[in-house]
Amino acid sequence: MEPLTDAIAVADRKPRRTRRVPAEFGILAVLIGIALLFEALGWGLRGQSFLGNQQRLLVMILQVSVVGLIAIGVTQVIITGGIDLSSGSVLAVSAMVAASLAQEPGYARAVFPSLAGLPFVVPALCGLVIGGIAGCINGSLIAITAIPPFIATLGMMVTARSVAQVYTRGQPISMLADTYTWIGSGAVPVIIFLVTAVIFHIALRYTRYGKFTYAIGANPQAARVSGINVSRHIVLVYTIAGVLSGMAGLVTAARAQSGQASMGLGYELDAIAAAVIGGVSLSGGAGRITGTVIGTLILGVMTSGFTFIGVDAYFQGIVKGIIIVAAVVADQYRQKRRRKA
Amino acid sequence: MLSPHTFKMIREAGVVPNAEYLLEVSNVRKAFPGVVALDNVDLRIRRGSVHALMGENGAGKSTLMKIIAGVYQPDAGTIRLKGNEIRIATPLDALEAGIAMIHQELNLMPYMTVAENIWIRREPLRFGFVDHREMNRRTAALFERLAIDIDPASEVRDHSVANRQMIEIAKAVSYESDVLIMDEPTSALTDREVDHLFRIIRDLRDQGKGIVYITHKMNELFTIADEVSIFRDGRYIATHASKDITRDQVISAMVGREITQMFPKEDAQIGEVVLSVRNLSLAGVFRDVSFDLRRGEILGLAGLVGSGRTNVAETIFGVTPASGGEIHLNGKPIRIGSPRDGMKAGMALLTEDRKDTGCFLSLSVLENMQMAVLTNRYVAAGFVQQGKVERECGTMKDAMRVKTPDLHERIENLSGGNQQKVLIGRWLMTNPKILILDEPTRGIDVGAKAEIHRLISRLAGQGVAVIMISSELPEVLGMSDRIMVMHEGRVTGILDRGEADQVSIMRLAAA
Repeated sequence: MEPLTDAIAVADRKPRRTRRVPAEFGILAVLIGIALLFEALGWGLRGQSFLGNQQRLLVMILQVSVVGLIAIGVTQVIITGGIDLSSGSVLAVSAMVAASLAQEPGYARAVFPSLAGLPFVVPALCGLVIGGIAGCINGSLIAITAIPPFIATLGMMVTARSVAQVYTRGQPISMLADTYTWIGSGAVPVIIFLVTAVIFHIALRYTRYGKFTYAIGANPQAARVSGINVSRHIVLVYTIAGVLSGMAGLVTAARAQSGQASMGLGYELDAIAAAVIGGVSLSGGAGRITGTVIGTLILGVMTSGFTFIGVDAYFQGIVKGIIIVAAVVADQYRQKRRRKA
Repeated sequence: MLSPHTFKMIREAGVVPNAEYLLEVSNVRKAFPGVVALDNVDLRIRRGSVHALMGENGAGKSTLMKIIAGVYQPDAGTIRLKGNEIRIATPLDALEAGIAMIHQELNLMPYMTVAENIWIRREPLRFGFVDHREMNRRTAALFERLAIDIDPASEVRDHSVANRQMIEIAKAVSYESDVLIMDEPTSALTDREVDHLFRIIRDLRDQGKGIVYITHKMNELFTIADEVSIFRDGRYIATHASKDITRDQVISAMVGREITQMFPKEDAQIGEVVLSVRNLSLAGVFRDVSFDLRRGEILGLAGLVGSGRTNVAETIFGVTPASGGEIHLNGKPIRIGSPRDGMKAGMALLTEDRKDTGCFLSLSVLENMQMAVLTNRYVAAGFVQQGKVERECGTMKDAMRVKTPDLHERIENLSGGNQQKVLIGRWLMTNPKILILDEPTRGIDVGAKAEIHRLISRLAGQGVAVIMISSELPEVLGMSDRIMVMHEGRVTGILDRGEADQVSIMRLAAA
């Protein structure tokens, strides 16, 4: 097939190329600024380095890895112009199911005494599939019934939380086998988080999946007219977000060496906050995984930094709330200025 | 110049003299980026008269009305109300000065009652609380005056479009306005409802009000209007008493411009039939549309806004699947249920509304251009062949002479003409055999327009079959091999290039 352009006279002037600064630079500067602030406060108040302690840095990322996994999924959902409120609850269901399939053999009060000693893949796969099913239901509801994503995922949030409680009548599931809990030990959650981030960064930037995700968020009608199967793609994006919530559930259960129905409470909001701080636009069509990762790290640095300089945990929410709003205000201001320029 | 506030006080004191002209607009000018919408326009509305405004789409009628109603600010010119020069900065100023506009798109709040909608911002109060009983009573009185039979306490969403239109009119009347502007008020009404509306309009006229009536319908002009002013290309042409003018005189005044722009139509080899449409229908929108489209042919599709031309294009491409009829591609019947099917059949559709259904505003020129072609090319194992597609987009960008610093610029920052070229480029990347263009040159400057015309012509020369929808008759006449005209969802005629002129098309379009 000959492109039609061959027949059209090509303009001879080559316009100049402009290099543009990635939008993430601003937010990266904020991350570094906050870290340096704690570093200075550390020396001033406690006479020791905040960043110099590798153990502390590892714990810091470890703490936000689970939220980070959810944030990678919710970022993609938000790019399509949607929202996912169900991730914290889906995490809990996945954690419960995986934990019930990963208990030590011979434990008398196991959920399924006969199923003890299963290989790692069984609980892991079940956790991911549970997440995927929840996400698929979210996406199908949104694509087929056209109800707002907020409502569909709010319903899933309430329902899934209840499912997690019904599963063992509220009883925690403990005594998990070592063959399972390794994914929550040491730096493994951090590695899972970062590898997942890289995979989806590539998916969003270099694959057709990514291009279509942005297109749907930027203008669903135009996407449809351009031949994109919008409904199918929406289902796919929510399913991926669900699988990532499931993965977060696996890690959470492994880290806690138990499954509890209250796991992941409020994580959906932390994840949305991380994405929003990282420059993902709630109106859809814009945002990157790199931004979300930086947003996640900002949340981590703040939690860990406040604890380090001895600020009461009760106060942390106040600062976190202000930072979230300030990030979005700054972003809007920046965009408005650029549009004028 | 009086401020709206001063004028309101004078008006309420009842000391405004009864000038012969309620409203006098002189030398009003309004330019939007890239287009002069109004060029030194005059308009005078007599008290106690119905004044029709006529003109093609884009003649400037709606812009002028929006200026009078305070939606837009004029760049130059004066507006006099009852002889007093007045400045109208907001829609509220206009209302308080006695000008009420009934917009084409109705502005009622569906979940509030009829009475609440009418008296919004002016609710009768009792001890500081809204007095619903008094409000309903006033509404009932108003409706009685206008012979409207609607329950004031019912919710607006439970009413038909016709009733909503009546509610809007009652609301406008409730402001005791001197000037009422109606923008195509009958477009959604049945004949019986139109009669009712006309009775109300005559009543208001007899009360000494001035009614500005925008319409496309020739028969309404002679039924209801006392005077008619005609606009063309943003300019005021003439005002006549409607009893002194004929239908054909109105039409030729509306379209009477010389064809000033050159349409570089190249002779193309017209080949075999590629697309054949038989009795195509979309329930409630259009029906029994039949035509053939040949290789290398440009088929113009003319008709007024609302005639169904855009719907026909969207149905052929699969945006709104047909409810009846057949489409044959190269002689074989095909079913088109989605834009994907349309693309598989070798079609491309440049949609009418660049912002609504065309651009991905928050994305780059590159991403806008590559989006359609990515559905079937330049992808290997899910990965976009970025280098290859970027090179191809770059070539397309240069070929289309898109003015942008580089492909990574956000499309939002481009001018309308350049955005349009990017969107045309998006479809040319898919190598279409049938190219459907809906208003390809709307709202873009003359230079870009000529380039797009040249491009369309050249594509036809290469054997692409083109359907071009346009509201601009000179464009349709200059570019098309044949012209299909639609009116109210039906094809009223297909004219050959030789037999078509502006008057013959307008006759079919206004039927």
